[in-house]
Amino acid sequence: MTTVLSRRSMPAKRAWAQVSLYVVLIALALIIVLPLAWMLITSFKTDADAVRAPYSLPDPVSIEAYQTLLTSGQQPIFLWLWNSFAAATVQTVLILVTASMGAYALARLEFPGKKIVFGAIISTLLVPPVVFLIPNYLIVQNLGWLDTIWAITVPGAASAFGIFFLRQFFVGLPPEIEEAARIDGAGDIRIFLQVLIPLARPALATLAVLAFLGNWNDFLWPVYVLLSPENLTLQPGLNQLQGAYSTHFAIVMAGAVIASVPVLILFGIAQRQIVESVAGSAVKG
Amino acid sequence: MTNTAPLVATAPQRNGAGGRGSRPSARRPASGRKTLTAYLFLAPFLLLFLTFVVGPAIFGIWMSLTNWSPFREVQTFVGLQNYINLFTPGTVTASDFWKSMSVTGIFIVASVPFLVVVPLLVAILLNQRIRATTAFRTIFFAPYVLGVAVIGVIWGYILDTQSGILNHLMGLIGLPSNVPWTVDVPWVWVSLVGVTVWWTMGLNTIIFLAGLKGINADLYEAASLDGAGTVNKFWNVTIPGLRPVMTFITTTTILASANMFGQSYLLTKGGPGTETRTAIMYIADQGLSQNNMAPAAAMSYVLFAALAVISVINFRLQRERVEKGLK
Repeated sequence: MTTVLSRRSMPAKRAWAQVSLYVVLIALALIIVLPLAWMLITSFKTDADAVRAPYSLPDPVSIEAYQTLLTSGQQPIFLWLWNSFAAATVQTVLILVTASMGAYALARLEFPGKKIVFGAIISTLLVPPVVFLIPNYLIVQNLGWLDTIWAITVPGAASAFGIFFLRQFFVGLPPEIEEAARIDGAGDIRIFLQVLIPLARPALATLAVLAFLGNWNDFLWPVYVLLSPENLTLQPGLNQLQGAYSTHFAIVMAGAVIASVPVLILFGIAQRQIVESVAGSAVKG
Repeated sequence: MTNTAPLVATAPQRNGAGGRGSRPSARRPASGRKTLTAYLFLAPFLLLFLTFVVGPAIFGIWMSLTNWSPFREVQTFVGLQNYINLFTPGTVTASDFWKSMSVTGIFIVASVPFLVVVPLLVAILLNQRIRATTAFRTIFFAPYVLGVAVIGVIWGYILDTQSGILNHLMGLIGLPSNVPWTVDVPWVWVSLVGVTVWWTMGLNTIIFLAGLKGINADLYEAASLDGAGTVNKFWNVTIPGLRPVMTFITTTTILASANMFGQSYLLTKGGPGTETRTAIMYIADQGLSQNNMAPAAAMSYVLFAALAVISVINFRLQRERVEKGLK
């Protein structure tokens, strides 16, 4: 009796469930997309238009805001864009090189002190970054790195997560792969460079994406260690821009567009890898 | 999660083969050279790690035990004085610090439930048999790749009391159009939590989604055969299946909320007054803007200790639940 009933009502019930599911998901998607769309639309307005009609389409479509930014000496946003890109790239390379070498030793080589070294690295994963803030500021200051790209790339390259993540990957590889190379007379360096690194490419790509995004979006540290306008990255720069043009919606939104379009494009191209690698690193970790 | 099954299946063989295969080479007498090789591989990372992680951690403790100041030539050891000051009621520093700690506490309590429950529900919706899952997943995750400064700028304008688009729209549909979203309590909390959920929701969603995909579909089928409804299946199959993921997410989300800085700094400037000035904001300001470095170093360790206690309690609670679940 019950099975007959449920079978009859199933298609209609299911269709309703499907429709309401899509309604909820689309509503959520709109909540996410509309503020971003509004940022983009506002950036193509004139100042007067942005104030007069905050939620209509630009009339006329204007690139005034971008022109103002392009010629601004105090807020050189394209220089900030370059600084952000350079810093994120330098730090990503530093992390990939140091973490892959270190993780290889910790995963595939036997040596005294291995457990202590690994334990020490892992134990710092849960330490809140604020603990390092003030001492690192003084260290960077003494190295003469304040207000330089080194301040925002080198200290943050000591990535315990990078070691943890790559070691995890290297440990999972069967020992046979390097034993074959060893029989062929390959040394540790050749095994590392020619056998393990090529195999680790997906893990390295994941770590690269996470490192790049992390550095690109860092806010607290660059706010305090970068000082002159021409040395800022986009995140602290945008904060300054808002201070300088607080009543000029269009200009600040154009700044936000410039700061977000590169990462959104990167995300659009590699979204599957990014989403899956972020989820994977969390679920496996 | 999906990978665990094959991994578990091959692990015993692999260990066996590895044990037999690698032992002879590991026990070779030339271990001095081996050790040197290993440490040479580790050297670049260890150099960075000792200079910018271990060094600062020790330096910070030492600093917190002195009267360290950038303007002082000689530092004197003051023992636990900086810590004692923080626990002495009545001093300005102590009351400001504990005020900021309570702000961080309020933010954790107010934000973590939303940051866990909303992504869980969204992940469950995305895990249904629907079209365009990838498109939705991409959209929900997109804000997370943007920096907090972009988020602050966009929402600063949306939430502005006078000229903000949200109050504008609320006025159009007959709601109050002068809500002080970024300038008065309790609205500042609504804004900070709401913006944080909007910004980071995608991260926990995709982690939950990966966890959901790892739950064996047979369990749902078995539950259906036993006559379990949707709600029943949620509590008896989904939630137990997500347990390890749940521990990870609650732990990382609590820590992320405890480290909140940018949202307050950009949207509310810590205001009104000091109502939303978080611990991180206060410590950074004291240490780097006001040059009270020694007290600030002590504060950072007190915050660390508080977070360690919270993490341990969280782990305990989760483990208890797992044990209960197993019984």
